[in-house]
Amino acid sequence: MKGKKADIFQNILRNSSSPWMDGSGNLGNVAISSRVRLARNLEDVPFPHLLSGKDADLVLKKVFQTVGRVGERGFGGPIIQTSLSDISPLDCQVLVEKHLISPQHAVSKTGKGLVLRYDESVAIMVNEEDHLRLQVLRSGLELDEAWVLASGIDDLCEQGLDYAYDEQIGYLTSCPTNAGTGLRASVMVHLPALAVANEISRVLTAVNKVGLVVRGLYGEGTEGQGNVFQISNQITLGQTEKEIIENLSLVVKQVVSEEIRVRETLFKNHRIEVEDRVFRALGLLSNARKITSDEAIKLWSDLRLGAEFHMIPGLTISDVNEILVLSRPNYVQKVFETTLTAQERDIRRADLIRKHLSSKGV
Amino acid sequence: MLCEECGKSQATVHIERIINGRKTTMHLCRECAQRSGFLTLGVLFQPSFSINNLLSAFLGSQMEALPSLGPGTEGPRCPVCGMSYRDFARAGRLGCSRCYEVFEDRLEPLLRRIHGSDRHVGKAPAATGEGAQIRRELEELKKQLARAVSDEAYEKAAELRDRIKQFEAKLRGNPE
Repeated sequence: MKGKKADIFQNILRNSSSPWMDGSGNLGNVAISSRVRLARNLEDVPFPHLLSGKDADLVLKKVFQTVGRVGERGFGGPIIQTSLSDISPLDCQVLVEKHLISPQHAVSKTGKGLVLRYDESVAIMVNEEDHLRLQVLRSGLELDEAWVLASGIDDLCEQGLDYAYDEQIGYLTSCPTNAGTGLRASVMVHLPALAVANEISRVLTAVNKVGLVVRGLYGEGTEGQGNVFQISNQITLGQTEKEIIENLSLVVKQVVSEEIRVRETLFKNHRIEVEDRVFRALGLLSNARKITSDEAIKLWSDLRLGAEFHMIPGLTISDVNEILVLSRPNYVQKVFETTLTAQERDIRRADLIRKHLSSKGV
Repeated sequence: MLCEECGKSQATVHIERIINGRKTTMHLCRECAQRSGFLTLGVLFQPSFSINNLLSAFLGSQMEALPSLGPGTEGPRCPVCGMSYRDFARAGRLGCSRCYEVFEDRLEPLLRRIHGSDRHVGKAPAATGEGAQIRRELEELKKQLARAVSDEAYEKAAELRDRIKQFEAKLRGNPE
């Protein structure tokens, strides 16, 4: 990647407002974003964990050629293709923080690649656990739209690649837990009211019982951070893609309606407490001189609730979501293009958030 | 109640699973439950339980069930990537797409345990031929028909029946 493309890539990394987190879309005041991921592999080529560096490069080259042919039109917007070995370790970590690649993909970088639409809504990880992992992100509960785009890009890629496919089992994947459709659909939801009312575990247990999985904002082990939960399907075989997406959408709609029900009760009976919490968060975020990422995420959740209720004039959900990106440790270092100690990061983070909020006039 | 697995001890562990909308119930004794990986998996009952834990538990129990194989007796190896089933059980990942064919006998039951099915009904690459796609759509239409009939939506059922006829004609190679 050279010249103009390299500049564009750097701008993407420094950009804190991803369109897929702009608060738009169906049920956007609770459903943060929707994601559809397809796992695909090449026939009779060892899966990435067994590929030699040379063969991995060949796979990468082949995928990039095909993707080049699919082009801007197929992806619905201009794209960048890059080998991860051409990206600095810090840039890789920023991609992880922006949900554009997985933490595993950022670890060892030989033979690995990334295709990314400028607006961050489409990404393909090449040679992660499978040869191709295509993801489409949309703001709000928009799984159908995400699926249509993902499937269209998949069709076009298929024209240049021999996919591993079996008539009975479907798309063949490195781990049998993804075989069949290779589809993992997930929706990120913000559930502060259910959390306050101590109803989270009841709701999540119910979600688990219907065969769906719940993870945290940054994957397994981060459950509950910022009151954000990712709900996704677990089964990939024996159901059509449409069924998987419909089931998940139905369950998410139910969870969202529970959250809204509790929010309304909260607002009706404890309005002053809710407002107090929101404006305390605003006060801290717009004045603190030092803040950890944990504290920032906690306060982010309260502030977002305020934006969801339109409590703070001039502050949109999109503005609040940017704070999530601004708070991440690697992103902070990216903006200042330097390695920082934890303490220095806390100071710079507070700076970034303060300036961001004041630029929005709050 | 006696354990369904060994038929000897009292069943004290009751496991209910809903996969693809079908509910299955298992009644096991403590030992058999442990052997099947259900008890070591306290995680199963926690919200963050992940399919990967379940997979390694399944694989673990499958491997234990194998008679102790000495070196060199690991069974067939995949001609493309050289993996044995034991390698897979250790890594939790297959070596290449051909492994699915080589280890078919053991993978199919595993897929049924993970997904409740070993039959793909979703999208197919266009290159595998129109036939496969039509057969799949036909299966889907038949499912919808059964649903329409049980919902007593007869108008919709009649419509679906017509479409099924068209698809079957297409499969026979003489589209109406």
